[in-house]
Amino acid sequence: MMHAYVEGVGLYGPGLDGWARSAPVLAESENYALGPDILPASTLLPANERRRAPKMVKLALAVGAEAFASARRDPAGIAVVFASSGGDGETIHDILDTLASPQRELSPTKFHNSVHNAAAGYWGIATGSTAATTSLCCHDDSFAAGLLEVMAQITATGQPVALVAYDVPYPPPLSAARPIGAVFGTGLVLSPVATPASFARLEANLLPCAGAPTTAAPGFEALRQSTPAARSLPLLAAFAKGVAASMTLDYLTDMTLALDITPHEQL
Amino acid sequence: MTALALSNFTLVTCLGAGRAATLAALRAGRSGLAPCRFDALPLDAYTGEVTGLATHELAGEWAKFDCRNNRIAAQALALDGFAASVAAAKARYGATRIGVFVGTSTSGILQTETAYRERDAAGWLPSGFDYAHTHNTYSLGRFVRGYLGLSGPAFAVSTACAATSKVFASAARMIAAGLCDAAIVGGVDTLCATTLFGFHALGVMAAGPCRPFDAARNGISIGEAAGFALIERPGPRLDPETVLLLGIGESSDAYHMSSPHPEGAGAARAMELALADAGLAPEEIDYINLHGTATLAGDAAEDCAIASLFGGAVPCSSSKGFTGHTLGASGIVGAVVGGLALQHGFMPGSPHTGRVDPEFRSNYLLEGRPAHINRVLSNTFGFGGVNCSLVLGRAA
Repeated sequence: MMHAYVEGVGLYGPGLDGWARSAPVLAESENYALGPDILPASTLLPANERRRAPKMVKLALAVGAEAFASARRDPAGIAVVFASSGGDGETIHDILDTLASPQRELSPTKFHNSVHNAAAGYWGIATGSTAATTSLCCHDDSFAAGLLEVMAQITATGQPVALVAYDVPYPPPLSAARPIGAVFGTGLVLSPVATPASFARLEANLLPCAGAPTTAAPGFEALRQSTPAARSLPLLAAFAKGVAASMTLDYLTDMTLALDITPHEQL
Repeated sequence: MTALALSNFTLVTCLGAGRAATLAALRAGRSGLAPCRFDALPLDAYTGEVTGLATHELAGEWAKFDCRNNRIAAQALALDGFAASVAAAKARYGATRIGVFVGTSTSGILQTETAYRERDAAGWLPSGFDYAHTHNTYSLGRFVRGYLGLSGPAFAVSTACAATSKVFASAARMIAAGLCDAAIVGGVDTLCATTLFGFHALGVMAAGPCRPFDAARNGISIGEAAGFALIERPGPRLDPETVLLLGIGESSDAYHMSSPHPEGAGAARAMELALADAGLAPEEIDYINLHGTATLAGDAAEDCAIASLFGGAVPCSSSKGFTGHTLGASGIVGAVVGGLALQHGFMPGSPHTGRVDPEFRSNYLLEGRPAHINRVLSNTFGFGGVNCSLVLGRAA
């Protein structure tokens, strides 16, 4: 069993414009209807980097920044785990399209933006944080894998760690081979101990057996299923409602990540 | 950290398949780089190509994973008794208690490059294209976990050229947190047009073979590699030659996406943290396997970082002149080269490097030599300013 305390949350998704505005929507889930994709303006990056940064990076930075702001923590010096279900499809598409063309001249900026850890690189530049970052991928199960890595880091190091999970739909023709439903990102700042900013205790258990994942409320379920980063929705809904909850997340075909959430007032 | 044992490890590069072939080439100072046959580049590039992969097709239940990246992974897993070591670990701990944390930067993107050239009139990819089992970054993790019959925690780490060093950190934390008892670490990167043309676009591809730390160095040669290690807590009776993972240091440059900090501040920080994690002073390191990719800026920054911590005392070399820059696989190549150096008592030299940059202050080895060494530091640095250093040692 591993545990941590939740200090801050960031969220952007279709019709979900930041955690502060979205928490009531998640709490009153019957009123949710899939809204348009929202791409937040990044306030973190300097203008020249903002121009060069792809959409996926802007999304990751926005949810990370919001999570740290709501945790009232300076991101500098805090390790961050970045989880996405694949690379940046828009950048990869541009590269593949150019490579299939006769002249095959790539843009150097697009090439360095194509790495899976692009968001982590821009995060360091934007926040000045020289702390370690990890960028990982577990296809559809990337949110659970990222949370597992965060909980393992907190348990092994006794330091606070943040998670940033994000996905952006691929353009055609990749979209047919890899459909992703929506632009969705979430950030969590977790601490090994309760702090003035923390509002809930999160307990995680990795179970060596298959299990059905906890579904989201009916209005959100299509989004949860279509977008790997949105597998976080049941957890985010529990935070939004401020209630104790137990749930399981998709993680590989033969394992289960079981979570227990206890709000501070119930501890 | 609490030391972990590398109970077995294996590697495939252009030097050959397995530990013995790698060791023979390192000792003989024989580079595996050759003129690039892989794809038509607009310059006289060299690559470290693994030959024979065209015939290593994955079949049966693994056919859906078939791509260059997973083929070379399967080749490596069949070498050096690695599969038998994993089977023994499975018998000791159970399949659910062995994690798989592997790194790659481009995974099976070569499949998608081909598929893009075969798009139909409406622009769609061929029907046989399987994104999840080839191109996706986790394809490698899913393949290795299935191929070895493991059912513990798993994911792929993709932190550019530091990926297969960072997997040691994830695995060590997972073991420390009690999520598994042992782990398969390492990973793969293979030649593809994305990286060949990408590094060419950045203007850092060498004409001719790469020359790490040379005064006349002019860029990288790209190589490919698959390497894996089985790591676990050391048992009570250790062979003196057992290689131990003693420390890990990770940092971020927070400077630029594709250029290193000019004084190597992030690199120095990663090395410092690795030494602290191992509880060692700089003078207790006997040999450093450098990242040393042979770019002008990268080698200068790393030399600066080495000099700031070690002065000119500790012998060091880059193995990129042997294998080329294997990108995301660099970490496991460095770990295996370091492991072989510890086990067999030698320090590798640096083929193709003729005259060390006179501005440099580190103790760079041009020629390999026999030496009894007890502790090795291995560096990897990647795009996005990600840095990771490992400290390895002999059990006795």
